[in-house]
Amino acid sequence: MIDRKLAVSVDDLTVAYNYKPVLWDIDLQIPEGVLMAIVGPNGAGKSTLIKAILGIIKPIAGSIAIYNKPYKKQRKLVAYVPQKGSVDWDFPTTALDVVMMGTYGSLGWIKRPGQKEKKASLEALEKVGMLSFKNRQISQLSGGQQQRVFLARALVQDASIYFMDEPFQGVDATTEIAIINILKELRKAGKTVIVVHHDLQTVPEYFDWVTFLNVKKIATGPVKDIFNDDNLTKTYGINYKVAVNK
Amino acid sequence: MSLSEYFELLFTDYTLRTITLGTAVLGAICGMLGSFAVLRKQSLLGDAISHAALPGIAIAFLITGTKDANVLLLGALVSGLIGTFWIRGMTTKTHLKSDTALGLVLSLFFGFGMLLLTFIQKQPNANQAGLDKYLFGQAATLVEKDVQLMVIVTGVCLFVLLLFWKEFKMLLFDADYTMTLGFNTKFIDILITFFIVLAIVLGLQTVGVVLMSAMLLAPAAAARQWTNSLGIMVFLAAIFGAFSGVLGTAISASQNNLSTGPVIVLVAAVFVLVSFIFSPGRGLLFRELRFRRNRRDLQLKKTLQFMYGIAKTHENISHPHAIRILNNFQGFTKTSLRALEEKEWIELDKQLWSMTDKGFDAAQDLYNQQANND
Ligand SMILES: Nc1ncnc2c1ncn2[C@@H]1O[C@H](COP(=O)(O)OP(=O)(O)O)[C@@H](O)[C@H]1O
Ligand SMILES: [Mg+2]
Repeated sequence: MIDRKLAVSVDDLTVAYNYKPVLWDIDLQIPEGVLMAIVGPNGAGKSTLIKAILGIIKPIAGSIAIYNKPYKKQRKLVAYVPQKGSVDWDFPTTALDVVMMGTYGSLGWIKRPGQKEKKASLEALEKVGMLSFKNRQISQLSGGQQQRVFLARALVQDASIYFMDEPFQGVDATTEIAIINILKELRKAGKTVIVVHHDLQTVPEYFDWVTFLNVKKIATGPVKDIFNDDNLTKTYGINYKVAVNK
Repeated sequence: MSLSEYFELLFTDYTLRTITLGTAVLGAICGMLGSFAVLRKQSLLGDAISHAALPGIAIAFLITGTKDANVLLLGALVSGLIGTFWIRGMTTKTHLKSDTALGLVLSLFFGFGMLLLTFIQKQPNANQAGLDKYLFGQAATLVEKDVQLMVIVTGVCLFVLLLFWKEFKMLLFDADYTMTLGFNTKFIDILITFFIVLAIVLGLQTVGVVLMSAMLLAPAAAARQWTNSLGIMVFLAAIFGAFSGVLGTAISASQNNLSTGPVIVLVAAVFVLVSFIFSPGRGLLFRELRFRRNRRDLQLKKTLQFMYGIAKTHENISHPHAIRILNNFQGFTKTSLRALEEKEWIELDKQLWSMTDKGFDAAQDLYNQQANND
């Protein structure tokens, strides 16, 4: 494990909104090729951690490296699936249009997407099982379908590292299985996948790596070594034995 | 003058043509840019900006002593921009919520502007009168030069809109994501906001400070009702805006010169009202009709399913049953039974009903559908 390449490296990261620290002195090394869950209670700073890594939020201290270089130089290696609730799904656009946005980064300013971009987007839609909904207005998709569209948008970026904020939120069992299969495929292809995850029951089944977070980093490492009652209790502040092993 | 006389005059009367063209172009640019304000849920921003522009007009007059529209509007532009950047600064650098910041800037700038206007009016100077037309606008004062400026600004705005279309669209939908792709979201945001300020300032002479934000929002809000495509929405908003301008000018000119600005805004409001009620996708009327139809459909299906439950226990599915046995089930009426018969799902014979093959298949489909949805 030690000599595995580091995909993401976070050093002494501290983030505050209006002077209230939300992340405190986080050190986090994520090796290449893991499928990692970030777990922690609501308000623990999971979304904030991802946003800080992606440069959406400026930290008050600390540094972040993607394959040893700052995010700005590496952003083509990184794809992002924001929390579904962070956008207005009543926006007048179609599923295909949203997925095409995934190609805008490599297009750069002003250039319009062409046939090549459209083809890649359609393929991504197919991969998430949404091809037949390509022209559907996004407000007329179910929660699970919207989530798939977001996933397709990230897939079309063809990145090396994927950050996903609660991709299983509000999806049905079928969609959850479809999504996790895609994530596992990504890992098989050598990609690094980092997922904010809420359902503690499924952590051992879905993920091979886990980070416990609650303002501070509680622990990070292989699921089989550190996913235990001790760390869960430290993170959630209550005894989790019963909850997880029920 | 009647409306038809007005439209005849339009071809011969130079002044009327200028004014009409001006209000049409103004409506179009406001509609285009208003779409962005509406989709960003920044409806109050337009109000704040237009009110913030007032002190600029007064100060420009005090400094230059001229009433040349372009000079005054330049003042309006400067103070409108200052107001806008104060709002941005307040929301990003302090704990204030954006509506608080908007409200503060609006009342602060407007109050200061009114103060200056009163001060100017008290001056012993024959030149002072007429600045208050910027409060409610006066389309009649539009001259060719003003309209030229509007056309140029609209052209530039359209060009920039097309150039940065994909960036604008993505920022509107998902700003965080746009940032992660390496786009300078601040630049895109400032570009949109700058053009919104510009459109508002252009409209002050015609529609006035007080009603300007309605001119910005109404066509866009109406357009949103008719389409699910951003491009069509912007286009429709421009059309609605232009029509409001033309119709408003026509009505006000034909009715003893009613104040043009308010009439234009009222016409735009009618567009909004009609759109909110009658648009097929989102309108209240069709939504209500759809709701009722769905409810009726659902009731029919409930009844059908209940019948299916009975029918499938018999070897011959078309075995007749007494209508009476449906009695302990709430979802049926004489009309709904007849509706089921019309669909050829059941056959009625006096006090008896029997299920058809078609009805049996339909009920089975329903069953499978439900199983799939779970
Ligand atoms: N834009 C914001 N402004 C102020 N506080 C925020 C903002 N976003 C998040 N917070 C606060 O930061 C903390 C962490 O939020 P978040 O990272 O969203 O947590 P999580 O994703 O783990 O639920 C919460 O207490 C939340 O209230
Ligand atoms: Mg979160």
